[in-house]
Amino acid sequence: MNESATRINWAIASSLIVAFVLSTLPMPSWAAVGRPAWVALVLMYWCIAMPGRVGVIVAWATGVLLDVMSGSLLGQHALGLAVLAFIVHQKHQWLRALPLWQQAISVFVLMFGYQVIVLWINGIRGFPVMASAYWAAPLVSTLLWPWVFFVLRDLRRKCVAD
Amino acid sequence: MDLKTGHKPLFERGSYALARVVAVAVLSVVLMTADHRGGHVDAVRSLLATLVYPLQYAVDLPIRGGKWVADNLSSRRTLMTENERLRRENFSAQSRLERYAELEAENRRLRELLDSAARVGVQVLIAERLAVDLDPYSRRIVLNKGIRDGVHVGQSLIDANGIMGQVVEAGPFSSSAVLITDPSHALPVQVRRSGLLGIAVGTGPLDRLELTHVPVNADVLVGDVLVTSGLGGRFPAGYPVGRVVSVERDSGRPFAQVTVESSANLERNREVLLVWSDQPSDRLAPREVPDVAEP
Repeated sequence: MNESATRINWAIASSLIVAFVLSTLPMPSWAAVGRPAWVALVLMYWCIAMPGRVGVIVAWATGVLLDVMSGSLLGQHALGLAVLAFIVHQKHQWLRALPLWQQAISVFVLMFGYQVIVLWINGIRGFPVMASAYWAAPLVSTLLWPWVFFVLRDLRRKCVAD
Repeated sequence: MDLKTGHKPLFERGSYALARVVAVAVLSVVLMTADHRGGHVDAVRSLLATLVYPLQYAVDLPIRGGKWVADNLSSRRTLMTENERLRRENFSAQSRLERYAELEAENRRLRELLDSAARVGVQVLIAERLAVDLDPYSRRIVLNKGIRDGVHVGQSLIDANGIMGQVVEAGPFSSSAVLITDPSHALPVQVRRSGLLGIAVGTGPLDRLELTHVPVNADVLVGDVLVTSGLGGRFPAGYPVGRVVSVERDSGRPFAQVTVESSANLERNREVLLVWSDQPSDRLAPREVPDVAEP
């Protein structure tokens, strides 16, 4: 049991590391607005699947690291991810029971909320914000959700099984 | 489980969770305020930046590898033509430098006559920017040189064509810099033709700069070259910043809207130059550039 718990922790950490790498991978500048929020997607999966392990505090700490890595205001993504994790955490049983396409719709709504928090903070700082930024990234994230879901579910099952 | 034990912990867990999320939200706002006001959480930032640097290095590795392979596989002929071209460029640059050195010496003599402050010497270090994409709404880059190499916060960053930005965070092995097009960045500039002083502010995703608070009747024309004015002491004076691409004078508004295109290649350059200019010295700049630049 203890061994499988360690394995799960490793799985969570390594999937987050992969998400960090994916979110800074160089892309052409026209595609930058539509870059999916990889870290938010991965955190959301773990909040639904392993609510005992990944919650608000883990999400917040991950967000601080993401802020440092992406050069945004310290606490900006942290706040967004903490709020996201809180909502997912409260609703994890309901989200788990949904069929995948309904889950994807909820993911869009949650991702949109996350994006709004991040962009509003930019707005408060006086950064110009394009309207497309509000929906592009959440939309791409939602399209990727089924794939992230299956990959991470397989990873989790492999860790728990043997 | 029965109703009594099943219900109560659920409620308690919920209220704890709410308390937790409110606590981290308040903490986030405090952090953001401290970070926005500048300088209060730099230590935390550079500590954590060291932690994530291996990841950024890993992202950059394939691009570095690709460049290495391209360098190694390029043919002898290509190398020879390139070598020839560089030799010629170096020759003409050298001759220009000689003239510059003479002017510098003359300038120094005249300044001594006028009893004014000595010009600053310039020392440079070549750094490479890592190919990592950061927050798309700001304009920042990560460099592979840090405190270990003598980099410090506030240092300016140039390329062959002009000012690129300044270092805002220095870790032991890496540093990060904001470009002049970042919306939180402003630098004091001067129109080379008319001597008009102004502040050039970045606009973020638009990759342009704007001159703020320029009167409608100010002497600015499309095509004017802007150089750093050196006011504020952050940037060395006289480096090109950009070229005016549009001037809109609307008599209904108090200020003209002046848009500037940067002269430095902000998006494409891999190599950048870090400049030390804060220590005044009386040595001749171009002849005594210390050999800290890596080959």
